[in-house]
Amino acid sequence: MKIQKINELLNAEVVCGEITNDSEIAFAFASDLMSEVLTIKKDGIVLLTGLCTIQAIRTAEMSDIHCIIFVRGKKVSEEMIELAKENNIILLKCQYSMFKTSGILYSEGVQPVY
Amino acid sequence: MMEPMHLQYELEGGNFTKAGFASSEIKKVLKQLNVDAKTIKRIVVSSYEAEVNIVAHAYSGIINAWIDNEKIVLHFNDKGPGIPDIEMAMQAGYSTASPAVREMGFGAGMGLPNIKNNVDLLEINSEVNKGTLVKFTIGLTPEMN
Repeated sequence: MKIQKINELLNAEVVCGEITNDSEIAFAFASDLMSEVLTIKKDGIVLLTGLCTIQAIRTAEMSDIHCIIFVRGKKVSEEMIELAKENNIILLKCQYSMFKTSGILYSEGVQPVY
Repeated sequence: MMEPMHLQYELEGGNFTKAGFASSEIKKVLKQLNVDAKTIKRIVVSSYEAEVNIVAHAYSGIINAWIDNEKIVLHFNDKGPGIPDIEMAMQAGYSTASPAVREMGFGAGMGLPNIKNNVDLLEINSEVNKGTLVKFTIGLTPEMN
């Protein structure tokens, strides 16, 4: 699924990054626990998280995750945006809960990691 | 053949804003050296976990990295409370992290086990009330992996 489509399905807002011509996202992982995210071997996943801190961006950087979706309308800081831009990470935010966000993406065919 | 390279970074305990900076710099260097993406990920995930451990538990620390054609060797040396029982600390799910650390998305007792799963050689030495030295090596060539 294209990030553009994900953005539409979730009524999300693009916080930073260019989403028009992006690669296909096949897998998603939802967690607030960054150590758990760091165990994932698969590349090219989208991360759904309610953890809106600089460490979420750092974790994505280390794990080669190119798109993070912050759920529940969390406020993304300038510092986070800057670090995301530096690493070409797309940040989206949506108002839905983690459960609803996951449900929508799952029902539209985005695959779980496990 | 490249010249062996040495990198060094200082860490401040409790400073979560900077946690990950050193691993990010190491990642940039490895990319420049054309190390393959999967190997880079194993290195920087381990390095980042070790970095977060220092920020989460210690007062200060120093990271040393040596890179040559075959491998990267990383030493995470901290001044801090030390680990009374290393075997326990290696168990998944065991953690002494503070609520502040948990709020940053860590402290679930996954750091050291995660490092162990990603590195080729791991050695941990610790002295209570003095500090901890975590050393690991990851091969950069297929033969070493």
